[in-house]
Amino acid sequence: MTVIRTLDKDKMDVAEGSYAVAHAVKVCRPNVISAYPITPQTHIVEDLSQFMADGKIPNCEYITVESEFSALSALVGSAAAGARCYSATTSQGLELMHEVLFNVSGMRLPIVMTIANRAVSAPINIWNDQQDSISQRDTGWIQMYAEDLQEISDMTAQAYKVAEDKDVMMPAMTCMDGFILSHVYEPVVLLEQDLVDEYLPAYEPEYSLDPKNPLTFGAFADPTVYTEFRYLQQQAMDNALPKIEEAANEFYEIFGRYYGGLIDEYETEDADIILMAMGSLVGTIRDVVDKLRAKGVKVGLLKVRTFRPFPAEAIKNVIKDAKVVVALDKNISLGLNEGSLFTETKASLYNTKVDVPIVGRMIGHGGRDIPEKTIEDIVEEAKGIISSGINTESKYADLKEELL
Amino acid sequence: MKSLFTSGHRGCAGCCDAMVAKFTLMAAGEDCIIISPTGCLEVMSTPYPETSWEVPWVHSLFENAGAVASGVEAALKAMGNKGDTKVIALAGDGATLDIGMRSISGAFERGHDITYVCIDNEAYMNTGVQRSGATPFDASTTTSPAGKVSYGNPRPKKNMPAIMAAHGSPYIATTSLGYPRDMIKKIKKATEIEGPTYIHAHAPCTTGWGFDTSKTVEVAKLAVQTGLWPLYEMENGEVTKVRKIGKQKKPVEDYLKMQKRFKHLFKMEGGEEQLKLIQALADKNIEDFGLE
Repeated sequence: MTVIRTLDKDKMDVAEGSYAVAHAVKVCRPNVISAYPITPQTHIVEDLSQFMADGKIPNCEYITVESEFSALSALVGSAAAGARCYSATTSQGLELMHEVLFNVSGMRLPIVMTIANRAVSAPINIWNDQQDSISQRDTGWIQMYAEDLQEISDMTAQAYKVAEDKDVMMPAMTCMDGFILSHVYEPVVLLEQDLVDEYLPAYEPEYSLDPKNPLTFGAFADPTVYTEFRYLQQQAMDNALPKIEEAANEFYEIFGRYYGGLIDEYETEDADIILMAMGSLVGTIRDVVDKLRAKGVKVGLLKVRTFRPFPAEAIKNVIKDAKVVVALDKNISLGLNEGSLFTETKASLYNTKVDVPIVGRMIGHGGRDIPEKTIEDIVEEAKGIISSGINTESKYADLKEELL
Repeated sequence: MKSLFTSGHRGCAGCCDAMVAKFTLMAAGEDCIIISPTGCLEVMSTPYPETSWEVPWVHSLFENAGAVASGVEAALKAMGNKGDTKVIALAGDGATLDIGMRSISGAFERGHDITYVCIDNEAYMNTGVQRSGATPFDASTTTSPAGKVSYGNPRPKKNMPAIMAAHGSPYIATTSLGYPRDMIKKIKKATEIEGPTYIHAHAPCTTGWGFDTSKTVEVAKLAVQTGLWPLYEMENGEVTKVRKIGKQKKPVEDYLKMQKRFKHLFKMEGGEEQLKLIQALADKNIEDFGLE
């Protein structure tokens, strides 16, 4: 499948990524927005504040909380009371939410939150990588990563659709690379209100805090029942796999735009070398693939759009016939020296009949620029793996040895 | 009157939390939503799949009751609730004065229409009686034990009502389990006033303080009658009403000697001097609030 965009130029605006997201949130008709400022997420919440000040989001309250911890905590109350909820954060703010993330998922509250991906401190750094959200992978949130402005905008509606599905009822993070997507201006179709109303029905929770039907939320679970609550969360994640595909397909039917569901592929069919990545890096790789294909290099791209639930089957089906796979990661698990996309892809192939060499390359941490040349060098190295095997399984691809 | 907090919960005999919960619901009635942070109350009232709550109730975490209550209130407002449904946080002293301070401060500064009831039993009871910011001077707890060189908790209680008053709350009141009618009246008043209102309920814990399970009310009354726990109301930052002690005034020893957490003061060398310091705290309350 390739990217399908029948973009109507008359419908396009030049907008900043953050504005496109704020607009998308607005047309999803949230009831409660709660957010705390942190770079590079701020423009999203500022734009939403302006929409509120101009009376453009009906039936909505915006809570200007005193911390990210309270931003998400407030939404626990709002979502439990039956509201469609939204927040946005990044980096330190997301790490501060850590405890609440588990809580939201365990309480099965379908909150949607945009993450403007940023490096974590120390050393403090406000630029892009994906360490912040990847570090939250076990908290029980759906995680999707967008390639460009149109995708992150449209992903907002898709995320609500999946999160609020009765068979899922799990929170979702839509991830956009900080600055690279949040602060860039691109031509974009701002999510259409009339089509969203057709695509995304009003949120009608099965259970809510209602004095007419008093229920207890967040009860205490002892060892006789706790495991089953966790099992059901995993089952909901399993259910989310096909729902994410369906949400993308249905979105295409109504809006005419498609970016993949769990994954997307580009030039993979006959590829010897497949590069895997998430987020805006995918766009850079797309260009490199075009360039190298023109020179006869059989290279392809596997875009991983959904990281949680992890689309192991979909990934396996794409890479099974390749001669080498390189997973690129804007994160590192310290002490393992691997990025998570690499670790998890590698792990998902073990105990299967797929036997393809796979290596991991960590890249673009703390906002380090990723020029096409870096990707081309990685492809060059991958050719060597085909002929003489793996030399280094995982390493930084853009380390400055002279600084060490 | 039908109790909206049902029996069968796992609280100790004479449990202060259960009593405050019951009185709060007597004041609030059925049209309310209760938010409780982690603590004894949450654990003993909601062992899944059972619950003691006949009203909608939500527990999220330990340190976020103020924020969760904000969110509930905002959602009701956004979705067209006319403001009749009362949003009430029922939280322990640790969850309020210590770990939840940021959250309650934010909620009150933003002016949400909520009532926050702090059940103050003066230590972390759920984890085994560790000191909190609400633990009184010289109380022996498991993390402020009396010993050869210690008389117990070295600091007086944090003055939480004053902190909440500084947030511009329209109504703040202290109350006590010794006076249920006072408690019900004040909580009712708090829920009827628009904006963030705060009730600080002194609540003796039989287990943590070490007194007979039949004495919760008696101990609570003595805290008030000695002047150690003054009962007052504040409207828009001004004290508007106090409960006079008058002829009922008792020396602090009468209150302290009923509790194991203070028994060292009656045995240790220098204990008498400590009792004088505690009497001075009571006398200052009596003077400051004009309780005589």
